[in-house]
Amino acid sequence: MNDAPRGIEVMHKGEGSLLTLLKEAQRRHGYLPEEVVSELAESLDIPVGEVYGVASFYSLLSTKPLGKNVIRICKCVPCYLKNSQAILETVEGELGIKPGETTKDGKCSLQLTNCIGACDRAPAMTINHKLYVDLTPRKVIKILKRL
Amino acid sequence: MPEQRIVLRNCGVIDPKDISTYLSQGGFKALEKALGELAPEQVIEEIKKSGLLGRGGAGFPTGLKWQFASEASGEEKYVICNADEGEVGTFKDRYILERDPFSLIEAMAIAGYAIGANKGYIYLRAEYHHLLGLLEGAIVQCEGKGFLAKQGNFKFDIEIREGAGAYVCGEETALMDSIEGKRGEARYKPPFPPSQGLWQKPTIINNVETLMNIPPIILKGSDWFNRIGTERSKGTKVFSVSGDVRAPGTYELVMGSSLKELVEDLALAEKVKMVQVGGASGRVIPYHLIDTPLAFEGVLGAGAIIVFNESRDVIDIVRRTMEFFAEESCGKCTPCREGTQVMLEILTRFCHGQGLKQDIENLESLANVMMLTSLCGLGQAAPNSVVDTLAHYRSAYESRVQG
Repeated sequence: MNDAPRGIEVMHKGEGSLLTLLKEAQRRHGYLPEEVVSELAESLDIPVGEVYGVASFYSLLSTKPLGKNVIRICKCVPCYLKNSQAILETVEGELGIKPGETTKDGKCSLQLTNCIGACDRAPAMTINHKLYVDLTPRKVIKILKRL
Repeated sequence: MPEQRIVLRNCGVIDPKDISTYLSQGGFKALEKALGELAPEQVIEEIKKSGLLGRGGAGFPTGLKWQFASEASGEEKYVICNADEGEVGTFKDRYILERDPFSLIEAMAIAGYAIGANKGYIYLRAEYHHLLGLLEGAIVQCEGKGFLAKQGNFKFDIEIREGAGAYVCGEETALMDSIEGKRGEARYKPPFPPSQGLWQKPTIINNVETLMNIPPIILKGSDWFNRIGTERSKGTKVFSVSGDVRAPGTYELVMGSSLKELVEDLALAEKVKMVQVGGASGRVIPYHLIDTPLAFEGVLGAGAIIVFNESRDVIDIVRRTMEFFAEESCGKCTPCREGTQVMLEILTRFCHGQGLKQDIENLESLANVMMLTSLCGLGQAAPNSVVDTLAHYRSAYESRVQG
């Protein structure tokens, strides 16, 4: 063991935490490729496993390539009560993909998400960081066409 | 009991993008009073006397938390605002942040003065990224007016840290690990955050709604606040109502109001079968108990109210609730990681009408183990909906046992 302070602890004084760095890397690359995870570990002098552990822990970080637009449909109970299933089926039908998949042209990824805090206007989804509420299948088709 | 606006006092009244509208409502008068007239110990004493309990669900006395942090030794201390509301059915903090970010900043500054912290963090859930610009703008305006600048020993700096999608980060120690850039896993306690929190420094961590109560308590006094509510639950509570209601939304009621008043009179629910109070981790209240008071003496949680009408299938709802926990368990402790998975498997069997004879008994003993031995609130509360529906809707389970 060396006595030098480990990267993860010294970082907070300056440029931000490992989580922040991972988010920045994802913004740059669209996801977190293996090489990026390894490089980050090396530059911070912490084990790759530790970096991968953080990268794989958070639902908004991805170690697999994602489409340009990441569609996240809320599947929690309040949205379920407002028929989020119909929203999911509409998106699946329009894009021809299932949750966890990306369209061949790389334009859209579809994911299911837990509660996004828009239960008063369920069913809801996000595309990248934009929130869409009070959804109906018709509304969803319009939104997808504009992407 | 009536609706009363303490927490939501400025919502819809001020322009959240313009600090002058906040100032014209008496904004920053509480911080001024604290800095000018009260010693830090007096601020803490006032909060203690008010009887304010944490609004994130656990209900710990806020003043006491502040006192512990204030008495802890160390130069560097932190104030954290927990804006990671990920509880299913909760959106009250989003409502508050969207409409009155200034009160929150003022409250954090008062907290900083009280415990001797110069630095505050707002931990904002990534799903609320759309609020980031508004919050940053509010902080810049407060700084621009000099409210957070050095006055005597006081100086306060607020930074926003965004999460990255993890329900467990609403748990205070997991949240601190997340700010430190790690996996958001709950820590063993003790040590508790007021003695060793963020980066091992004394830290207070308060829910958005808890903090919103601070400026009015400082301005109007603890006696005023103490007169509102019930014996053990002072003040008001903000609720997020969703599900089978005609008027979903955010409501603020005096503590001790009945669930019936909120759900039927205000949110206009009809033919109610049951209500989940406190979201996925909350209690399931069947309709015959709809008069239960909303208070720490009754049911409360973080104020998520999900209403189910008579057409809903109890076990379907419970299975979906458990699926949430199985996905969101951080995996650090065995009872939660394995327990939520096994419960999900059993509940899925019931959903298909293929429950096994020993399943009900297994659910009960597993619930017991999880509640007693899980490391944090997630695993301890995950079985709540199972336990409550087994108590109130046992026949729904029994009718789906095979053979």
